[in-house]
Amino acid sequence: MLTIRENLSSLGQKTLELIRYTGAITILVVDVVKVMFRRPYRFRQTIKQMRMIGTESLPIVSLISFFTGMVLALQSAYQMQKISAEMYIASLVALSVCRELGPVLTALIVAGRCGASITAELGTMRVTEQIDALETLGTNPLNYLVIPRFWALLISVPILTVYADIVGMLGGYVIGVYKLHITHHMYVRMTWDPLRHRDLFVGLVKSLAFAIIICLIACYEGINTKEGAEGVGKATTASVVRSFILIIAADCLLTAIFYFIGKV
Amino acid sequence: MIEIINLCKTFNGKKVLDNLNLTINKGETTVIIGRSGGGKSVLMKHIVGLLTPDSGQVLINGEDITRMNEKELRAVRMKIGMLFQGAALFDSMSVGENVAFALTEHTSTPRAVVDERVKKCLAHVGLTNIERLKPAELSGGMRKRVGLARAICMQPEIILYDEPTTGVDPIMGDAVNELIIELHDKLKVTSIAVTHDMVSAYKIASKIAMLYEGKIIMVGTPEEIQNTKNPIVKQFVTGAATGPITDTTSLKDMF
Repeated sequence: MLTIRENLSSLGQKTLELIRYTGAITILVVDVVKVMFRRPYRFRQTIKQMRMIGTESLPIVSLISFFTGMVLALQSAYQMQKISAEMYIASLVALSVCRELGPVLTALIVAGRCGASITAELGTMRVTEQIDALETLGTNPLNYLVIPRFWALLISVPILTVYADIVGMLGGYVIGVYKLHITHHMYVRMTWDPLRHRDLFVGLVKSLAFAIIICLIACYEGINTKEGAEGVGKATTASVVRSFILIIAADCLLTAIFYFIGKV
Repeated sequence: MIEIINLCKTFNGKKVLDNLNLTINKGETTVIIGRSGGGKSVLMKHIVGLLTPDSGQVLINGEDITRMNEKELRAVRMKIGMLFQGAALFDSMSVGENVAFALTEHTSTPRAVVDERVKKCLAHVGLTNIERLKPAELSGGMRKRVGLARAICMQPEIILYDEPTTGVDPIMGDAVNELIIELHDKLKVTSIAVTHDMVSAYKIASKIAMLYEGKIIMVGTPEEIQNTKNPIVKQFVTGAATGPITDTTSLKDMF
């Protein structure tokens, strides 16, 4: 059995690790801000990354958002039918998807699909000394590897989020109109009526914050990969797990800020 | 000329370089020998500015690269070519793009001139018509040669070789040695190689330096190293399992 001393020592070590990690991410943020507007601008690489992050994520984002919209409509129908308020299902789906599920689900998909891939790619480049080679060839790895991914995520994730919102609402529409027999006209009206610009704004602000989290964690874990193939595996797992935790934590924080302070 | 003065580097409490001093004259080929994990690659990475020392200086043509900002360091790096142990070719690019990387990245040289330079560099290392291949399609020896072609593309004054013969068969190893000598003679560069392959060291070196416990304990010509009375250097170059090196680090503890 572990003694109290050992437990305290382990707790202390974990706390120190957390502080070190936070410090390292903060330094990365400062470095990224320093070079993000600096030449050379790497449009080609940014477009290539946008294709990988945005276009290639479309099928899975469509599938998950559509099903989520359907599930949301069905689950709310279960309650709403009891009080004969089925027509509010459309509003509930629209608001939930735009403010919460669209941004969060899209970010989790991108973190799992693209964040992991970014970490594995940069991690392999680290352990095979390709990042060192970049530096010896006079190229700043941050500018060459991180910035194009940063811009690509910052642009792609909000676009994917809006797309996920639309597909999610479509999923709700399919259940509402074809299963619950709400009329097309009523469903569309009840979807648009409660939606305000601020709902879309909240979702977009969240998606931007999530994009920054995914990029920072994925790139940090990749660039700091250690110990060969095993290290790449560990870094990729750490990247996905940490991104997921931070996305959910940031979502909670932002929702609280919008609710209590911004009243939006 | 490269001067390394009182260089110290510690990793996780372990002193890897301990007040290391070494001078490498222009046009010489200096081979740094030492045990695996003894700090040879760490020393190499300090010379090209990939690592920052805890203390000490690395002077290249009189300028201390440890105090340089990014822009100044980039200018110095343009004068240095480096061959990595595993060649470190960029997987996502073709051989041609790898060799031309620095040229296309830092200059606006016309495409035709770049292609011509790539062909010339590849020819220097004995390769032709492989510009379109991907690094994954090459053998270990070819990868090293392409890595070398990339290192010489910007016509550097200094070339660093990290374990140039590791990971290739003895015949290819000797071909790499011949290539290093040929490049040295043709391009008149200053070369630094780190290795524990003594056959390679004797063949390519004009000077050999032995790194032991973070310090350079002996510098001499290949003949001087071969006939040394220093028991540590003697044990290393003869490859004896017993001697002062293994007495202190104790091989028995390792098994």
